[in-house]
Amino acid sequence: METRATRIGLWAWATLIFLFLWVPIGIMALYAFNSSNIQSWPIPGFTTKWFSEAWHDEEVRDALWLSFRAGLLATVLALVLGSFAAFGLARTRFFGRDAVSFVFVLPIALPGIITGLALNSFFVLWGVSFSLWTIVVGHATFCVVVVYNNVLARLRRTSGSFFEASADLGATGFQTFRYVTFPVVRTAIVAGALLAFALSWDEIVVTYFTAGAQNTLPLLIFGFIRQGQNLPIVNAIALVVIVVSVIPVALAQRLTSDPGVGRG
Amino acid sequence: MAVDSTRVEGPAAAGPLRAVSRFTWRRPGLVTLGQVSAPVAAFLLVYVAALVALLIQSLWTTDSFTGKVIHSWNLDNFSAIADDPYPTIIRRTIVIAAAVTVTCMLLAFPYAYFLVRIASRRLRIALLVATVLPLWVSYLVRVYSWRLILNPEGALNWWLNKLGLPDQNIAYTNWAMWLVFTYIWFPFMVLPVYASLERVPYSYVEASADLGAKGWTTLRRVILPLAVPGLAAGSIFTFSLTLGDYIAPSLVGGPGSSLIGTVVFENLGLANNLPFAAAFATIPLAIMAVYLALMKRLGAFESL
Repeated sequence: METRATRIGLWAWATLIFLFLWVPIGIMALYAFNSSNIQSWPIPGFTTKWFSEAWHDEEVRDALWLSFRAGLLATVLALVLGSFAAFGLARTRFFGRDAVSFVFVLPIALPGIITGLALNSFFVLWGVSFSLWTIVVGHATFCVVVVYNNVLARLRRTSGSFFEASADLGATGFQTFRYVTFPVVRTAIVAGALLAFALSWDEIVVTYFTAGAQNTLPLLIFGFIRQGQNLPIVNAIALVVIVVSVIPVALAQRLTSDPGVGRG
Repeated sequence: MAVDSTRVEGPAAAGPLRAVSRFTWRRPGLVTLGQVSAPVAAFLLVYVAALVALLIQSLWTTDSFTGKVIHSWNLDNFSAIADDPYPTIIRRTIVIAAAVTVTCMLLAFPYAYFLVRIASRRLRIALLVATVLPLWVSYLVRVYSWRLILNPEGALNWWLNKLGLPDQNIAYTNWAMWLVFTYIWFPFMVLPVYASLERVPYSYVEASADLGAKGWTTLRRVILPLAVPGLAAGSIFTFSLTLGDYIAPSLVGGPGSSLIGTVVFENLGLANNLPFAAAFATIPLAIMAVYLALMKRLGAFESL
């Protein structure tokens, strides 16, 4: 249908968009190996010294460890709350069901600054001092959605007759869960958890408001950039942050392309 | 994926388990209640309560001398929003959010069209992954990468000079913010537009051509109207996310680049005026409520 000129134009457009999306990330990655500590282009040579310098920096290590713990705990919390919510809402209709699912989606529908500020004012109001746990609560609000959506989508793609058949064959509710439901949603739960970790790991907008004086890795980077300090180290950590968040996403992608149990 | 096919030789379900199971099978409502109550309670007690706390605190004031929050009810924070420079900042935020939204639409439409009509299946999947993956690359890092690129000594000027062009000077300006926001939110626009274009049946395009329409006419009269819900859905993200952002203005913006998010951020951090920050944060909420109502009319919610 499209003329030859249109096709060529669209190919060119798509190529430019691809470059627009990925060249900045590529440049960022190159700067991580910049042998000079001046941030200019082109970089004069390659070195990996900034990685070891970052690794031996006390502040960076603390932030790395904090981000890691916050990510793990937020993921666990999201896993429990998100799966329960999905199991509860997958096959039921009741008054207020839409309102309930709306509440779970709210943290990603509202700008992060509102979630962050709301939690901040809530903690201040109750005299809760900022700690690892306030960060975890902040992250869990938007991580729950990811697990919830993944598990819900899988349950919806699975025919209800599987669960009925299991009951017909004499299984108790627990056996049905153990031998039918859980195997069906297992990969969706893992994928949700991986995505939740990836979200939590590099989050900054909400974290800023719930961390108090603590530094997660993104907050440390943000502080360094604003003060114009340690920029070579920032570049190295930035690459690490990218890699650590992309790996779980790639794994999750593989797990969710798993088709589930077809509707029968 | 296959269901676990090992034969279940389980103990012929012991008495109490069987009884519980029978009880719950007959009362699915009770099971739902048991499953949903924990997450719902957690969200109501923390998240929704926090939003309420935000609204309440916006009605309180801060003692300008001691910096302590005073629990007296008034609308001073809201009337202070009308003072300089806040109206300018709000206007600037809306203009930039709108500009970013329109730019994302212009960039995304031909790209999504390419994915749906021109690209092979494999290329389409590869490009969709390549489009979505950046969303998972730290947002902060992606903003920062533009700081490196736009820097006067950065890659962009180097390339411009190679091509015999003069230096750009958009680092730390509103133009830089516009560019960076477009870059960051672009994937949010592509996905719904792609989804809406994919649903346009090819027979519509053929029918349009059979009736004598030229390519442009078909695009304008058939394809574009059907893509409107997708564009509207994408714009919810690009618009809303720009309204609440404070990272990009502080990293790539300049002195005249304060946005709504910046005001909230600074009032919490530097000025330590939580009530005013809370009142100011209701502005993006109000703008989004109006915007969502408008987009709902364009059918945005059916293509989210």
